[in-house]
Amino acid sequence: MSEIISGLILGAAFGFVLERAGFGNPNKLTGQFRLTDWSVFKVMFTAIVFAAVGLLILEKLGLVDAGSLFVPPAFLGAAALGGALVGAGFAIGGYCPGTSVVGLMSGRIDAAIFLIGLLLGTVLFAGIYPSIGLLTTLGEFAQGDSLPEALNISALSVDVGMVIAAIGLFMLGSWMEKKSKGPVSSQV
Amino acid sequence: MVKNAKLEQPAPYMNPLLAGILLGMVLLATFIVTGHGLGATGFTTRFTAWVGMYIAPVATNANDYLGGMVEEGKPLNAWITWQVIGVALGALLSAFLAKRIHIQLDGKKFLGGAKRPITALSGGMLAGFGARVAAGCTSGLGLSGAAVLSLAGFAFLATFFATGLVVSRFFKEGK
Repeated sequence: MSEIISGLILGAAFGFVLERAGFGNPNKLTGQFRLTDWSVFKVMFTAIVFAAVGLLILEKLGLVDAGSLFVPPAFLGAAALGGALVGAGFAIGGYCPGTSVVGLMSGRIDAAIFLIGLLLGTVLFAGIYPSIGLLTTLGEFAQGDSLPEALNISALSVDVGMVIAAIGLFMLGSWMEKKSKGPVSSQV
Repeated sequence: MVKNAKLEQPAPYMNPLLAGILLGMVLLATFIVTGHGLGATGFTTRFTAWVGMYIAPVATNANDYLGGMVEEGKPLNAWITWQVIGVALGALLSAFLAKRIHIQLDGKKFLGGAKRPITALSGGMLAGFGARVAAGCTSGLGLSGAAVLSLAGFAFLATFFATGLVVSRFFKEGK
């Protein structure tokens, strides 16, 4: 029961923020790839840095056990190949899987079509899984699953690096937005 | 929020820094409560298994990838199902409050013009297939994976953005 409530509440907050940011709008989302609207980079990197630093602080305070957090296994070839396919799908279709749900809820028929495609892509994958299953474990990195393990540095150093990178990204993005027509607005 | 006299003018989108901080708070809360991050395709995969259970039960049961999910007969019985239902409800509420609900075929300007249904369908297929190869999507592996500093998350994000940049060069802006 509590699983249902936590899923609904956290999911609703997730969906609410995505819609607020304009991430149900395929013109805004793909503006990142045209480099005219940097909202995707800005929102994602801010969220990643906020959560990463937050987790580090909570771990140091003993409120979160780092060992109990799910860290995806380092099948780096699979992650890179899948990332390329999802990126291509995003650039062509205008959404990623999560944002297509947001697009659909704001009345976008193209988001509904994207979601049907998503299911078909899953069926296709499952259908040929016996012959391509190897792809999902491609390029395993044996030395560790996380960046601090791989580079043998502290999580703090990685977090500091990410904060600096995020600031640089905001500056670069805002500069490029000024050079172009600027971010996509909700008001046409 | 502006003036009631201005009818049906949608509210502007949120400042990206503020939206990013709020998203970070939601993501952090999700890690604290569940031990894992946010996602999307965990649900669509289970949904595919669930549909298959009714349309093609024999084939779905025998399938190496989906068979395991239908074994207990309840492929949708998972946290991610409730989370995605939540995403839909939260997005609906936000769009409603901001007067941004508008039934339309969007994205024609940048994504294929009259061929927009085809770009939407093929983009969805690529993303659905790719998310199974990577065992995650932009939310599950990119956002959540990078927050725990995972190599897989960073690898996903790097090729995701690089490929998106290249592929979007092939589209011409319409009117």
